[in-house]
Amino acid sequence: MESTVVTDNSNEGVWSGGGKKPFAASYGKMMMWFFIMSDALTFSGFLVAYGLMRFKFLESWPIADEVFTHVPFIHGHFPMYYVAFMTFILIFSSVTMVLAVDAGHQMKKGKVTIYMLLTIIGGLIFLGSQAWEWKNFINGTYGAVVLQDGKIAQFVDNEGHQIALSDFVVKENIERVQHTRSNGLWYVQDAGELPPYTLNEVITSFNANPNVNLRTEKIDASIKQKTVLSRAEASTYLTKATDVVMGANLKVNEYGKTLFADFFFFITGFHGFHVFSGILINVIIFFNVILGTYEKRGSYEMIEKVGLYWHFVDLVWVFVFTFFYLV
Amino acid sequence: MAHDAHESHTGLIWKVFGLLSVITIVEVIFGILKPESLHLTQFLGTSLLNWLFLILTLVKAYYIAWYFMHLKQEKTSLRRAIVWTCVFLICYLTTLMLIEGGYIQDTLAPYISWSYNK
Repeated sequence: MESTVVTDNSNEGVWSGGGKKPFAASYGKMMMWFFIMSDALTFSGFLVAYGLMRFKFLESWPIADEVFTHVPFIHGHFPMYYVAFMTFILIFSSVTMVLAVDAGHQMKKGKVTIYMLLTIIGGLIFLGSQAWEWKNFINGTYGAVVLQDGKIAQFVDNEGHQIALSDFVVKENIERVQHTRSNGLWYVQDAGELPPYTLNEVITSFNANPNVNLRTEKIDASIKQKTVLSRAEASTYLTKATDVVMGANLKVNEYGKTLFADFFFFITGFHGFHVFSGILINVIIFFNVILGTYEKRGSYEMIEKVGLYWHFVDLVWVFVFTFFYLV
Repeated sequence: MAHDAHESHTGLIWKVFGLLSVITIVEVIFGILKPESLHLTQFLGTSLLNWLFLILTLVKAYYIAWYFMHLKQEKTSLRRAIVWTCVFLICYLTTLMLIEGGYIQDTLAPYISWSYNK
């Protein structure tokens, strides 16, 4: 008779789901896997949405190599290096996490403490790097003009390398005032920061400088690079320009499609938030280890459960890295 | 039950770390060089270079899930419940959405003007 009803009174008040272990996994571990599954599908949804939009605008999507080119303390064009460093940091913090789990299995409190600390530090470095990456993306590198239909046109030199507005635009001696709602213009929306140059300055400088060319968003399929216009065609483009853009936000993006910026902020932001909560959980567990909570409990399984989450965050980054920076 | 026979897997962990690092470095090198013989090709909807990146990504995902998340040590039934569900759902969703995206591109592209000569 005991086979149908299991009453396990010894665990009353403990959130453990009783003594039954489906698939030989404890209640907590099973629930962590449930969460990871749902989170994996959430991220898949985001990345697939990104894929849909990218395929929709395949012939004019920004080229990642031209967007993320910064390395701290060094000036110049270095695609990939920094994000490779970030990937490396995250993989390494995954390794220290799994070493903590391993040490936990052997009930070595000291080792678990050290490895948890290293994991937390790795997470913090990653988060800081991501903040820096966002800062560069938001502030922009080159600057561009936006046309009346929302297309972005960027400036290149004779070799086709992109150049910044500050490389060729000559400032006119005029005073520009930022309109704000607080100085009486209650009926206008606060515009963003004023771009560094006026449209007029950009167009005048472009016309005066024959070594500057204009590049459209359209990708030349035969070389997989953006199309550079002739000078004559460029001036017809510039007559349709409505604004100067510097940097990227949710409304406008000097690197091309605004959708690219939207997805970048949303997906890397969502992932960064996961890293953030992962660090938070790791810190809590770290102090529990020091206090000897798991020593008393006789099992370091909690490290394993938290480790699952941390590895999952790493796993997601592997895909984000591929789809935002490589492919 | 091998409950107290928890031997250390440190060697294996470092080996997996080495492998993941090497794969990442290979990806980055290809990402920077973008060799034309791979980049400017078309195979099943995208370039061979992209297929290389995708396969390397999946290899990385496999090692993280199997050795870091210990899926290898879980019961086969639990592993399949997790991996198969994700793989099938994601493949299905991705296939449909990318086909749809390609279709929209093909339909929409002719209507987008890239010339401003009135």
